[in-house]
Amino acid sequence: MKRNVLPGLPLSLGITLFYVGLIVVLPLAALVFKAASLGPAEYWAIVSSPRAVASYRVTVLSALVATAFNLVFGLALAWVLVRYRFPGRRIVDAIVDLPFALPTAVAGIALTTLFASNGWFGSLLAPLGIKVAYTPLGIMVAMCFTSLPFIVRTVQPVLEDLDPALEEAAQSLGGSDRAIFLRVILPLLMPALLAGLSLSFARSLGEFGAIIFIAGNQPMETEITALLAFIRLEEYDYQAAAAIASVLLITAFLMLAATNLLQARALRYTARS
Amino acid sequence: MTPTRRKPPRVGDGPIIRRLLIGTTLFFGAILVLAPLLVIAVEAFGQGLKAYAATIAHPDTRHAIFMTVATALIAVPVNTAFGLAAAWAITKFDFWGRRFLLVVIEIPFSISPIVAGVAYLFVYGLQGLFGPMLEAADIKILFALPGIVLASMFVTAPFVARELIPLMQAQGRDLEEAATSLGASGWRTFFSVTLPNVKWALLYGVVLCNARVMGEFGAVSVVSGNIRGQTNTLPLHIELLYHDYQAAGAFAAASILATLAVVTIIAKVALERRGAGRRPALAAVAKEQNAGTRP
Repeated sequence: MKRNVLPGLPLSLGITLFYVGLIVVLPLAALVFKAASLGPAEYWAIVSSPRAVASYRVTVLSALVATAFNLVFGLALAWVLVRYRFPGRRIVDAIVDLPFALPTAVAGIALTTLFASNGWFGSLLAPLGIKVAYTPLGIMVAMCFTSLPFIVRTVQPVLEDLDPALEEAAQSLGGSDRAIFLRVILPLLMPALLAGLSLSFARSLGEFGAIIFIAGNQPMETEITALLAFIRLEEYDYQAAAAIASVLLITAFLMLAATNLLQARALRYTARS
Repeated sequence: MTPTRRKPPRVGDGPIIRRLLIGTTLFFGAILVLAPLLVIAVEAFGQGLKAYAATIAHPDTRHAIFMTVATALIAVPVNTAFGLAAAWAITKFDFWGRRFLLVVIEIPFSISPIVAGVAYLFVYGLQGLFGPMLEAADIKILFALPGIVLASMFVTAPFVARELIPLMQAQGRDLEEAATSLGASGWRTFFSVTLPNVKWALLYGVVLCNARVMGEFGAVSVVSGNIRGQTNTLPLHIELLYHDYQAAGAFAAASILATLAVVTIIAKVALERRGAGRRPALAAVAKEQNAGTRP
């Protein structure tokens, strides 16, 4: 190993550990401690109560639908931005990041206003019998919005770096566009797609601000898990809030592990090709 | 890449599929992304400029703006200092647990802001670890500016670090080692060698961090206590107005944050032209470190 002559390790590492410890680790440890101070039976009773289970169902189902939509739409958007040249392309490319930059509360009231029955889109959908605002559909729309950039931004660089020779080879062998896309391009994009997918899904599971405005927040029907934790706090039921928040925390850690695994795999894949 | 003419058309370059794809994505993009931005502008000015100005000039709105700016003025510089320290420690030295530290720094990115808020309650709240102690000493952290700042720091902890670490990792240690071996002090090396090399990435991280701090809703909502005219930040004030059936006022307040979002995106694009923001994930950095930095 090379001898390291650079100074500043104690100071920089000290600041880093102090900050991470105080800002990130301590609060999460306090939450876990609080949730663990409930007995197993009590903990289980809270996290498996019908209202909590209904909130998991609506959160996970909505996140699945939103992620599936973004999988198709995000891939199409990345494709259009990389492969085609058209007027306004750079503006579209820039505006893809709006969901990251726009505060969630702002997005929430804007989407609610658009999709309420007297809104721009809600009034068009109402005659068809489709209600978006204050239904699970509204939750899905909000999740689609907030997690839109993830898949576009993970797929885009891989698509840009794709070697045209691969496609040309497949073309010269007589492959149709459809076959080449499905059997040459899509497999190469798969690791990036999966990484973007897990990021997008994780974000949807934890989203709060954009959703609570549009969801209607009916217990058992349109109440997401994050909101249930918040409601328990407002009722001063701190133990229940801790238990439900700990479910979200555990889910987040599982998603984080999955994402890291997929990203490491994606890296191995791109490094090889 | 040099553009080469007369190549065989690539997959998906047929005129029908091309138009279909561009048309569909732009259609959904307009519905999902452009329309919300437009509706904010329309609703904010829907009752005339006068009503708009009245909302902005209202003491509660002005106080909310003050709270948001004050939070950002504390949280963003502290976070920037942390990001620089973390990047220096992680990319300039080899130490045990470096990869684990990277994962811990990224944790807030994947955690629901509500969980962050609840977690802070169990540290500084009355029913939390330090709550009774703080109460006895008459120090107010929750339901006051310090709590809002702390929660904002949690949600944005990775923002600056994750821009700097991949870049500084790629740049290596040679320049800094040369500077120190020529006799420059650590600080001199940092300010004259390292900082100029990462300035755009640093600014990029700061811009994104600031946008997130000013727009944070969930975590702040838990720790602020929602006291009107006292602990409401701008996003919380928007919620309050909206639920008070003052939609026009809510949108007027929202238009400030929407403008910030648009400015953030413009700054982001400008900085990306200077090479910022092209980063692999931190997990990738850890892999590279393990694979090949050691001779």
